[in-house]
Amino acid sequence: MKTDSRLEKVLASGELAVTSECGPPRGCRPEKVTEKAALLKDHVDGINVTDNQTAMVRMSSCTAGILIKQMGLDPILQMVSRDRNRLAMQSEILGAYSFGINTMLCLSGDHAKFGDHPMAQGVFDIDSVQMIKMVQQMRDKGLFQGGAKIDGPPKMFIGAAANPFADPFELRVMRLAKKVKAGVDFIQTQCIFNLDKFEEWMKGVVDRGLDEQVHILAGITPMKSVGMARYMKNKVPGMDIPDDVIKRLEGVPKEQQPEEGIKMAVEAIERLKQVKGVHGFHIMAIEWEEKVPQIVEKAGLYPRPKV
Amino acid sequence: MITAEQKPIQEIIQYIAPYSKILLVGCNECVTVCAAGGRKEVGLLASALHLNHLKQGKNIDIREITLERQCDPEYVEELAPYIDGVDAVVSMACGCGVQTIAARFKKTPVFPAVNTRFMGASVSQGVWSERCKGCGDCVLGITGGICPVARCSKHLFNGPCGGTSNGQCEVSPDIDCAWRLIWERLKELGMESRYEELMEAKDWRPGGAGGPGTIIREDLA
Repeated sequence: MKTDSRLEKVLASGELAVTSECGPPRGCRPEKVTEKAALLKDHVDGINVTDNQTAMVRMSSCTAGILIKQMGLDPILQMVSRDRNRLAMQSEILGAYSFGINTMLCLSGDHAKFGDHPMAQGVFDIDSVQMIKMVQQMRDKGLFQGGAKIDGPPKMFIGAAANPFADPFELRVMRLAKKVKAGVDFIQTQCIFNLDKFEEWMKGVVDRGLDEQVHILAGITPMKSVGMARYMKNKVPGMDIPDDVIKRLEGVPKEQQPEEGIKMAVEAIERLKQVKGVHGFHIMAIEWEEKVPQIVEKAGLYPRPKV
Repeated sequence: MITAEQKPIQEIIQYIAPYSKILLVGCNECVTVCAAGGRKEVGLLASALHLNHLKQGKNIDIREITLERQCDPEYVEELAPYIDGVDAVVSMACGCGVQTIAARFKKTPVFPAVNTRFMGASVSQGVWSERCKGCGDCVLGITGGICPVARCSKHLFNGPCGGTSNGQCEVSPDIDCAWRLIWERLKELGMESRYEELMEAKDWRPGGAGGPGTIIREDLA
């Protein structure tokens, strides 16, 4: 074991892992974090805490992560390169680890254009691949990115994202290979709606033997309504929503659409369980955390293993 | 070249409101090429300012000069015979030109008439796009001649982010994804394997993080 991460232990045991996420509040309401986390607590192995998601100011991921850790749960610290330079990233990692946060996710981050401070200067001192390498060096060599020795290095289980649906498709396996080379331990993918394309990507991953080197958690998002599906198709960058998904939701009355969305999510999990290289699921129920336990149970992923 | 765009006329008018004798200085270099501050634009701006003052029943005396290169003290010296006869200078050069004038003439205020935008290249008639950030450590040799620092909205060094859509940047469908361009170019050159080489975290010092840059060429200084 490289770390004390619960996620690492579950993945090492060979069981399918389950993670979910919690977006911190846009204000000083710590109870919103703990309420959301409480909904997820028995059904997941780790809770991603987003870092100013969609470039909107929120309570910091580290602080919200600490709140979750203090509940005895397992936060996954998300960190974007948009808002911090390498000094700020490393100090945040030292702080997070000092509070027992031992799992993190290295991301570039949505461009500030999408948020409520489009006039802000994006930092982008290092990119997500370089961030992975930095965190790995902190853990395995006990060195800061600048080369100095760390007095008490943080032992982070290192995650990153992959979007099999963004262009150019042929580059997407290579992009993963680069993250593996940089030292990533696990991957959480973009929400999967185009299962055929995801399976094609996974075939490329397996053909290169990358599934032996990194754990891939397939991203699952339940659709609340056909409106949400249309919005994601048209407005969210890098999202691939096939027309079939929209048609299926259109085919049921509005009040039954949430139920249908959950059914679709469970079906996706069942199908993806069979895909070689998929070692778990990352369930992103956007502002719908209360449905995560139901999805986990219906997909036969409950109870979670004791590790 | 360095590209620029003329400031809104009202902003220029506000700058010169207290003054009646203006030296309006263009530059024959980059801002001429991008049609922001050459001889022609100096003439147009002078006419516009005259017209504005006429409307308001005020007098203004504008002397027009376009220097060969405003960022060069040798050429800026050509303003010396006129400087005592004016209240203010309005420069239509990039920020480098404005500052060269300000450094030479301590007692005369100088105002910019253009906004300096970026180092760019001409894409087609009347269209210029950003191509260089002056990062001081050129990576074009490993990125197929396409710059990820200037042309990727997140200046990523190791490939496209997850926001690329139909080959375009998540920031705007009008912006090409730099990494899509890099990848296509590497493929054309048969250099695909180069993509998988990790690019290390960049040292930003030569590009400005180390403080304002200076180049000293001992053989010329």
